[in-house]
Amino acid sequence: MTQSYRLENIGYINRDRKISFRFNGRKYFGYKGDTLASALLANGVHLVGRSFKYHRPRGFLGAGVDEPNAKVQLYKENNTEPNANATEVELVEGLIAKSQNCWPSVSFDFGAINNLLGKLFPAGFYYKTFMWPKSFWYKIYEPIIRKAAGLGIAPLKPDPDRYEHKYEYCDILVVGSGPSGLSSALSAAKNGARVILAEDKPRFGGSLLTDEVTIGNKKGKEWADEIISQLKSMPNVIVKKRSQVFGYYDHNMMVMCERTKDHIENPNEFTPRQKLWYIRAKEVIVSTGSIERPITFGNNDRPGILLASAAKEYMKVYGVLVGRKPIIFTNNDSAYDTAIEFKKNGINPLVLDTRLDSGSSVVAEAKSLNINIKFSYGIANAKGYLKVKSATIGKLNSDRSSFEKLENITCDCICVSGNWTPTVHLTSQSGNKLKFNDAIDAFTPNESRQSETTVGSANGSFTLKKSLEEGFTKGFELSKKITSKNEKSVSPHSNERSYDQHDKIWCMPLPKNKHYKRFLDFQNDVAVSDIELAVREGYRSIEHVKRYTTLGMATDQGKTSNLNGMQLVSNIENKVIPEVGHTTFRPPYTPITIGAIVGREVGKHYRATRKSPMHEWHEKNKAVFVDAGLWLRPRYYKKGEETLFEASKREAKNVRKNVGVCDVTSLGKIDIKGTDSAEFLNRVYTNAWMKLPIGKARYGVMLREDGIVFDDGTTTRIAENHYHMTTTTAQAANVLSHLEYYLQVVWPELDVNVLSTTEQWAGAALAGPNSRKLLSKLFPNIDVSNENFPFMGYKESELFGVPARIFRISFSGELAYEINVESNYGVSMWKKIIELGKEVNIEPYGTEALSTLRIEMGHVAGSEIDNRTIASDLSLEGMLSKKKDFIGKRSLSREAFTNPNREKIVGVVPVDKKTMIPEGSHLVKDSNASLPNPKLGHISASCWSVEHNNPFSLAILKDGKNKIGEKLYALSPLKNKSIPVEIISSHYVDPKGERARS
Amino acid sequence: MLEIKCPYCGKRSQNEFSYGGDASVKRPDLEKEISDQDWDNFVYFRNNPRGKHSELWQHISGCRQWFKVSRDTVSHEIFKTAKLNEEL
Repeated sequence: MTQSYRLENIGYINRDRKISFRFNGRKYFGYKGDTLASALLANGVHLVGRSFKYHRPRGFLGAGVDEPNAKVQLYKENNTEPNANATEVELVEGLIAKSQNCWPSVSFDFGAINNLLGKLFPAGFYYKTFMWPKSFWYKIYEPIIRKAAGLGIAPLKPDPDRYEHKYEYCDILVVGSGPSGLSSALSAAKNGARVILAEDKPRFGGSLLTDEVTIGNKKGKEWADEIISQLKSMPNVIVKKRSQVFGYYDHNMMVMCERTKDHIENPNEFTPRQKLWYIRAKEVIVSTGSIERPITFGNNDRPGILLASAAKEYMKVYGVLVGRKPIIFTNNDSAYDTAIEFKKNGINPLVLDTRLDSGSSVVAEAKSLNINIKFSYGIANAKGYLKVKSATIGKLNSDRSSFEKLENITCDCICVSGNWTPTVHLTSQSGNKLKFNDAIDAFTPNESRQSETTVGSANGSFTLKKSLEEGFTKGFELSKKITSKNEKSVSPHSNERSYDQHDKIWCMPLPKNKHYKRFLDFQNDVAVSDIELAVREGYRSIEHVKRYTTLGMATDQGKTSNLNGMQLVSNIENKVIPEVGHTTFRPPYTPITIGAIVGREVGKHYRATRKSPMHEWHEKNKAVFVDAGLWLRPRYYKKGEETLFEASKREAKNVRKNVGVCDVTSLGKIDIKGTDSAEFLNRVYTNAWMKLPIGKARYGVMLREDGIVFDDGTTTRIAENHYHMTTTTAQAANVLSHLEYYLQVVWPELDVNVLSTTEQWAGAALAGPNSRKLLSKLFPNIDVSNENFPFMGYKESELFGVPARIFRISFSGELAYEINVESNYGVSMWKKIIELGKEVNIEPYGTEALSTLRIEMGHVAGSEIDNRTIASDLSLEGMLSKKKDFIGKRSLSREAFTNPNREKIVGVVPVDKKTMIPEGSHLVKDSNASLPNPKLGHISASCWSVEHNNPFSLAILKDGKNKIGEKLYALSPLKNKSIPVEIISSHYVDPKGERARS
Repeated sequence: MLEIKCPYCGKRSQNEFSYGGDASVKRPDLEKEISDQDWDNFVYFRNNPRGKHSELWQHISGCRQWFKVSRDTVSHEIFKTAKLNEEL
């Protein structure tokens, strides 16, 4: 294919570098510097997609982020990306793209039958049509609608690319590198401010790339290039292109997405695809420019109908003609720039202007070039199915409600201009309540709420002179505030064409008896008739009209359609636009990839992994790990072909029979020091702490102020004013914050310091009847007899030269000890335990066996301390001191907590003594009762009791203490089980707790 | 994301902090008789003002100090931050 619409000697593309690409299966050529859009247009391709609802053929409307139609599916090796904007995709060798939302092809699309049935698809169609029968929705309507609607195809494979996050701080962030952005950045940087200048496009300069202007005797583009190279040479400036600042968040936090890979021919394996920048700026200068508005007329969505500014950009930046027989349809002067550009390139455009005349220099220039201009003219309708072929035009009558006489003019493109809409998205996101500016018929910035300043055409200043002045002034003023320097840069002299007032008309009347669709929102297929219907049906608020019709709700967020929609509502309602108001501008300004948002927090980098010092030993010994918060803990140690169930049973049995060792490093440890430590513990725990002797541990329960159990653990008095607290693995961080809160906020007078020492100590629990024997071998120098080292005792000693702390505490209910050494010595401690334990048949055990042991003993853990239970529910009422006050005590006398029928922890065994009861099962009286079957309680934890060799569960059961011996049912609809069960005591093994004390 | 000035460490991003509720709430003294109503007010009931709100934050990924913040609940503007023993 030849690039038959490519112009010579114009544009900023690299003609030495020819690039081949494929679109809808055909091979085309373009140049480096092209976008997919400009390269397709160079080959005469306008038809790029099908519309969302009616599957109408669509072409390019714009040349940048405002593009509503040209969404394509990109194909890369092994992967695909939907909804890429062809006007933003930079051309690289071998690029493969296809049209979306069409079948079997873009030129013959079966779904286009919707267009013929258009009358059946008015606004609110879905709400009105698929309401009944209700049961049809999930199975019939929704799947069909989902299949027919939508944009591209979501990729099914994991994203192969890398994305990164970056944090940056600066004095002034300038968003947009048009004339006002460049001048702001320059004057701020020269005055000493640290500046970041961000440009969304691959080229700096904004309107200077396309406008016929001079600044200080240079052409606009040359001036822009010079300023950019000047900025790049300054150490206090970061200049970024391909970088979209898409969100303005609180406290001047700006988020920017930089495209770093897709445009590169041979990227490095580790080149991130995109970088997400979090920029905290002291001041933000919004110089985001403006977007051209279309004018609405019959079938104004035909391929080949595009914005006048886009046509100019394709010519001037890419050297591409969008057509050879253009009609330019405008209500203002800026479209004459496009007409003149066509003329310069040897094309004779026809200009239709809705106004009576214009006295501006640009119109005079067009007239002097003998451009054919018809004033007071409009377009009624465009013809041509896959590409526009002609336009029905006519003179507008005096009140512009109809055409005087219609004629048909052949054309191959129509360039439309309905004046300019300032891009105020970021300004509005910052909290600036926009005001309606009557002079330009658009919303412009009002008072800033954050440190935001909007300049240039985003501020409604449409002339170059004003843009430059605003940029230089604001850049200087804002930088002066920050740097206190006074180096002022002056705005250079500039030359530009003059432009007159636009015409306040954006919607062409329909000829008599014609019902052409006039589209406002191209991407969501919202036509004038839809808005009219919505207003007729009583929708008044612009937010409601938006949601009912889906105006502006597509991925382009109505960049080209919102204002025309509001204008229409205001015309129908006879209100001025300020009364209609505008819909909310929400971030992101343009669609952002999920990959960029997630960054490197994928897979194992999703969150930190905490490992005990003995982790490698566990790995070598076939441990299978389980996530416990951030920690990786051995769940069981696999021997041969054992299953989890078999291994955990073996490990638990060995604890009951011999001795086991468990890595308990992950338990939270908090070091407490200070003269008021005992008093403090006495307040945070429910039991008494004033008389705990040195060298003794005590079990404690903490409540929240609302009386709910918060955490439990043991605390040991190490010295006069020194305690060692342990918490559950899950609550370690919360308990520390809780303690800090009371020490700093509530009782600052207490002399207590707390510090987390979880990672300073490696912990090993020895449990089982042989543990004392093993302990005596590990610590030959201490007397480990029950008399000298009783239950809840504490000793310090040396483990083969390493200082160690020994606690006689038990979670398994067996005779047990816990040994702590400094983390660095964890492995040597562990190895010694295994080595010396061999002759007493030691085996390591994981969390699964640990659970089994504690469940059959009836010890509560996280599944019972579930933020819903109080102490008496857990049979911990004996822990509640009657003699002193403590955190949460007052709540316990509230009505709900003193109810005698409250829940109570109980044991549950299946009647058949065989069936495991799924955790989470509900306990009910009658398994066949009609729904909702009253729930009496739930199964909190289940195990295979190794002591009794049958299943055993713990449950939280309403009035549980009076239900011992009753027969109930455990229902698990998820596992489709109904199990007859018997309620028994929660202490299934050693109910008197003799073993731990033996 | 807010930017909060820790009175000990200086300005840091919000993700270093955790929110700790209304700073004007005072815990009733221990061992003191208190009506059900007053206790419930302390445990459960909080003002939900539109506008200025004094609140507690903890610099959880920093110095771990609790401190006071005066913040606008609508605009998120932070007027002042102060140590616990200072006036907001």
